[in-house]
Amino acid sequence: MSSDRIVGIDLGTTNSLVAFMQGESPVVIPGDDGLNLVPSVVALDADGQPVIGNSARRYLIETPERAVYSIKRLMGRGAEDIQEELKLFPFRLAEDLTAGEVLRIKLGEKTSTPPEISALILRQLKRNAERFFGGPVTKAVITVPAYFNDAQRQATKDAGRIAGLEVLRLVNEPTAASLAYGLDKKQNGIIAVYDLGGGTFDVSILKLHDGIFEVIATNGDTHLGGDDIDNLLITIALDDIQGDMGLDLRRNAEAVQAIRKAVIEGKIALSEQPSIKLDVELPGSKRYRREITREQFEQLIQPIIDRTVDPCKQALNDAGLKPAQIDEVVLVGGSTRIPKVRALVKALFQREPHTDLNPDEVVALGAAVQANILGGGSEATENMLLLDVTPLSLGIEVAGGVTDKIILRNSTIPASATQFYTTQVDGQANVAIHVLQGERELAKDCRSLARFDLRGIPPMAAGMARVEVKFLIDANGILHVSAREQRSGKESEIQVQPSYGLTDEQVEGMILDSFDNAEEDFRRRQVIEARNEVATILAALDKGKKSPAWGHLTTEEKKQIAKMEKALVAVNAEEDYTAIRKAIDALNQGTTRLAELMMDSAVSTALKGKTMDQADMGEGPTAPHPMAKAEFE
Amino acid sequence: MRATHFCESCGKVQPPVPADYFTFFGLPRKLNLDVAVLERDFYELSRKLHPDLNARSESKEQEWSLQQSSLLNDAYRTLKDAVRRTQYLLRLEGVELEEQSKSATEQARASGELKKQIVPPDLLEEVFELNMQLEELRMQKKMGEDDPALLEEIGKQKMELEEKHEQLLQELQGHWKVWDNLVDREQRDQAVPASEHKQALDKMVDVLNRRNYIRNLVRDVSEALGN
Repeated sequence: MSSDRIVGIDLGTTNSLVAFMQGESPVVIPGDDGLNLVPSVVALDADGQPVIGNSARRYLIETPERAVYSIKRLMGRGAEDIQEELKLFPFRLAEDLTAGEVLRIKLGEKTSTPPEISALILRQLKRNAERFFGGPVTKAVITVPAYFNDAQRQATKDAGRIAGLEVLRLVNEPTAASLAYGLDKKQNGIIAVYDLGGGTFDVSILKLHDGIFEVIATNGDTHLGGDDIDNLLITIALDDIQGDMGLDLRRNAEAVQAIRKAVIEGKIALSEQPSIKLDVELPGSKRYRREITREQFEQLIQPIIDRTVDPCKQALNDAGLKPAQIDEVVLVGGSTRIPKVRALVKALFQREPHTDLNPDEVVALGAAVQANILGGGSEATENMLLLDVTPLSLGIEVAGGVTDKIILRNSTIPASATQFYTTQVDGQANVAIHVLQGERELAKDCRSLARFDLRGIPPMAAGMARVEVKFLIDANGILHVSAREQRSGKESEIQVQPSYGLTDEQVEGMILDSFDNAEEDFRRRQVIEARNEVATILAALDKGKKSPAWGHLTTEEKKQIAKMEKALVAVNAEEDYTAIRKAIDALNQGTTRLAELMMDSAVSTALKGKTMDQADMGEGPTAPHPMAKAEFE
Repeated sequence: MRATHFCESCGKVQPPVPADYFTFFGLPRKLNLDVAVLERDFYELSRKLHPDLNARSESKEQEWSLQQSSLLNDAYRTLKDAVRRTQYLLRLEGVELEEQSKSATEQARASGELKKQIVPPDLLEEVFELNMQLEELRMQKKMGEDDPALLEEIGKQKMELEEKHEQLLQELQGHWKVWDNLVDREQRDQAVPASEHKQALDKMVDVLNRRNYIRNLVRDVSEALGN
């Protein structure tokens, strides 16, 4: 059964989620804190152990040098193209980076590549899912921004592998969202998905036809999102502080993070309120206070949100459609909660956008739908099929540094192109090919994907060899290249030098230990989890014995409880999860009456049938579950 | 006959056989085709060949599914578009098209070669006039001057060119009929002289070249106008 357990993961810039198709509908799997969103924050605790998600957030302010957020911005990128990011985000590059090496970020005393950091987030989601299923999870569908290039996609796939997940498919985020929306309304028509997230913007236009979701055009900006709004507000605050108090806090990471936290909260509140008051404690017991009205906020962010207009127009143009021909518009991503963004979308597409599904969750839900389709489908996903496109044109460098486009953007994937190469001199054995991605005419303006070196061409006179090179973009949007010399029929050896990204060997070396021992690892964690539960139930029982309710039990009942308690303590010393689990359940059952007696009679009626661990132990009906699941690291 | 893409009895994906795009869809090598029917077939084949629906098959079948579905997508993308379809047929028939794309221009510029550019005779006069005006516009822009009359005149010419661009598509479709007719005759085992083939193909090449030329001209004008 575990092989059928394919989860859908939204690996977001700000938050990440894992979802699963439960029966006929996708559901988000909550973390151990009961929350659906796992903040994409990774920190190292004092012992050098990674902490992920909500529990990592406090490190951002307390020990900012030991925490990292928005790592997605660095996925698949080189040192030279993140200079802007470095100005705005507290990423600290490793000092010993060499040219051509994959970026490494300092995190406490360690340095890690972006895929490794993302892998820690993925592993947390994997664990959350394993806790939910009570069994190992090894397969996943992961979403990526539609406008991600080959290197960014490959980096995401690598992150999955490092986390011990077989990534069955990378799905574009807006397309995933459309799957979640399309699930219950299998109508035909043209829909536009406007996805403004924490760090990326995508727009996709799809044609829905009897369950086929055919993407016609997509466009976007992989460096545009809520982060940019935050950074703008932070800059303003820092300028204010410097101007009013003569205090330059730019180098003070703790203060910057405290301001960041405040402006994010303020930004979110401004979607509901006409104005907010920022109030941040600064070093030297000073305070920064400022009121921001929604009107001011909207004026400030206008230039940022206006950057989404051109991609939308380009996508419409590529689809050959006018706004009036769009039947429905769907909003995705937390930043689409901003009323000004909604107004902009409404004006662009000339209709009221859909917001029925939670914009933070819809992508993960769609990923779960796609996971279900890949797993063989169910009644709910029957006839559903996604036909996605490649967001960027694929080209090769030809004479004069010009890009010759061989697969155009918005081509349905998988897509392929075949090129023929020949030799220039007698006996030439190698041919070099430079593969690019992008829309610009000159190779230097496009994104370099890789340099391929065709080797082992049999010796022939110049121009006689005919090497057929096949470029194939798979359903994940990732390029594969194969080559064959036609006269000899010989497969040519291809040596690939990815311009950005890890080699296979590097990824192998990074795979987190848990991967090889997925089953063993899971079993061990299950035991630890059960032991924590044992500790809690025994503590609750001790409390029960001291309560007046204990006196109301019969001698036989007390004897039974004592027997079960002894049995539980005994198995707890062993490594047998099933036995511990059984003993917990037995004691829980055996103490049902005790739990009931412990309530006052009114509450007792309401809680009839509850077991010991479900009964409230005196903190009032709204107290948290006393048996909250343990956290593991 | 459509190429065999999957097993008729078990439904499993088969390895792709070398076939041109027309054969992939089981179509004759004709240019007039019903795009709605093509779309229906594309969806139908996608439901069988797409990797998503073969994700649980053996790895060999998954590989075939990837190959087959990329072929399907390539074929559909080429055949559904009137111009791409014509260009593809011409290439199948062994005609090398004169590439007048922007990249060819850039390439020529970079290597210092003169790009082969045949001005369609019926456009010679117009193009000459237009180039003069564009030159004047560039000069004015350099001097920071503004001549609304000139802008209006160039804008009007641009519209006329765009109209011509559209008309040429209709002209092309006229030649399709000649070609398709010829294919029909051959299917009925009638001998068609090679010269007739060549004539039909040459006419289409001529229309496409003229159309490309105008497209590039429109692009140059747009660039000069700054939009």
